[in-house]
Amino acid sequence: MSQDNAIETEGLTKRFGDLIAVDHIDLTARAGTVFGVLGPNGAGKTTMVRMLATLSQPTAGTARVGGFDIVRDAGAVRNLIGLTGQFAGIDELLTGEENLRFIGRLLGMPTKDARARARELLAEFDLSDAADKAAKTYSGGMRRRLDLAASLVGRPRILFLDEPTTGLDPRARGELWGLVRGLVADGTTVLLTTQYLEEADQLAHEIAVIDRGKVIATGTPTQLKAKIGGQSLRIQPEDHEQLDIVRLIVSTRFPDLDPVVENGAITIGVNDDGIMPALAADLRDRGVALTEFHLGLSSLDEVFLTLTGRRAEPETEDEPIEEEAK
Amino acid sequence: MTAATITAPATVRPGIGPTVSQILSMAWRQMVRIKHNPFELVDLSLSPVMFLLLFVYVFGGQMAGSTSEYLQYVLGGLIAQNAIFLTMYTGTGINADLRKGVYDRFRSLPIARSAPLAGKIFADMFKQVWSVVIMLGLGLLMGFELRSVAGAILAALVLVVFALAISWVSVLMGVVADSEEKVQIYAFVIIMPLTFTSSAFVDIDTMPGFMQAWAKVNPVTHLADAMRGLLSYGPIAEPLLWTFAWAAAILAITAPLAMRAYKRKMV
Repeated sequence: MSQDNAIETEGLTKRFGDLIAVDHIDLTARAGTVFGVLGPNGAGKTTMVRMLATLSQPTAGTARVGGFDIVRDAGAVRNLIGLTGQFAGIDELLTGEENLRFIGRLLGMPTKDARARARELLAEFDLSDAADKAAKTYSGGMRRRLDLAASLVGRPRILFLDEPTTGLDPRARGELWGLVRGLVADGTTVLLTTQYLEEADQLAHEIAVIDRGKVIATGTPTQLKAKIGGQSLRIQPEDHEQLDIVRLIVSTRFPDLDPVVENGAITIGVNDDGIMPALAADLRDRGVALTEFHLGLSSLDEVFLTLTGRRAEPETEDEPIEEEAK
Repeated sequence: MTAATITAPATVRPGIGPTVSQILSMAWRQMVRIKHNPFELVDLSLSPVMFLLLFVYVFGGQMAGSTSEYLQYVLGGLIAQNAIFLTMYTGTGINADLRKGVYDRFRSLPIARSAPLAGKIFADMFKQVWSVVIMLGLGLLMGFELRSVAGAILAALVLVVFALAISWVSVLMGVVADSEEKVQIYAFVIIMPLTFTSSAFVDIDTMPGFMQAWAKVNPVTHLADAMRGLLSYGPIAEPLLWTFAWAAAILAITAPLAMRAYKRKMV
């Protein structure tokens, strides 16, 4: 294994009875980078992270984390990693400071050091004011920050973040992104799973898109966006009647594109925002007044539509870990 | 890793020393939980207080001719019964932590596999001692005549040893069950009949033959007799011996089963 690779998997597979949750996944995350695993609910992201974090054992295949085999050298792997799961692993009755101090003591730090490390992390994560309040009084964003801090007490070199911002509002999400960037700047390797293309785009150096347990695309965010039409242009005419004219104009100018008509607006996937002025001119010439002419990053849904030809159906539950584990 | 102020543990920490310190850290967490939620102790005290008052002042006269005489008999039995009921909370607590993802964090840390479970059991012994103090205190107020102070201390110790062992039954249920409610149902279905078919509340000589046969071997009988012997009157050595034998047997069977089920959860 190369020194530069923090995480390497070969044919990593996990079955729960008939369900193949993770299906022969090969991926490589370079040390000191953020590796993004992008996929909808039920794609196998959590199952994969649980295996890499030594919480569960693969059915087939191998993986090395920090150079150690996740099955044979699980103990050595645990010395290197931190994990922040989808469900916060914090004790709601304890204060933020106590939660962190507790982890420090578990890791064998003398009480004084555990206390100092807790205070240090609380300050770093902007939680000092709430340090002595019970975690149950924390907002969603604060809870995630505390959970992230708890995974950092032992200064892990490799950090697993399983959907760290799911359910957070945009501001809290942005704050968490800033913290992750800071960790990576200090040399930590991060494996991040997410349902948000924007999040992967913002943080990851490399992305693997997974669907039904399989990797369906990999690359840098730029490569991936080039492949899938990373941006989407949404055009909504003021007058609903003019929707057909808009569609005509769009398909005349871009015969290759496949416009989607939905809720009185037309959406097309584009790679080149240079098309916007030409399109705007065409629309103006035909006298179409617009309420919306907006270029945005494609949603995961659109990514999936492009890659798989079907929509990413949001499933209610992620992998049925507890049920299937029996 | 940066050369920072505090060094993180650099190697896997096996061995007895670190494991004990991890168990103590786990227990510390449980103590802090009680500090933040002291009502839990009131909650714990309600049912033993109620049982003691009801049994003595409702059944006492009929059972033993006088409430004071029945109090001398039943206090040891009630303490034994309550201790067994209390162990149920170990299982429900572990079940809640397992479902909330707290154990995922523990399992990703370089700590002994047994530390989270053992720490919880260990911490819950504080609740056992607390309950003995409450029940004995109330008993004394009601006129209980204590055999000796040394006996009371020894009784608490024996109770803790027995509870440590049978807590593993509860841990096993906590790990296997998919909800706290199920742990409670399993526990009641086992604990209720177990404690009532013993010498905890009545002299087993009054039971029909088949019931006597069972009651004589029932571990609760031995524990209740041991408590009665140490606190009030009656033989001490023989029930103590049987109590420890049962504790050892239950521990030997359920602790490995619970640990196996716990490790299986990692599939």
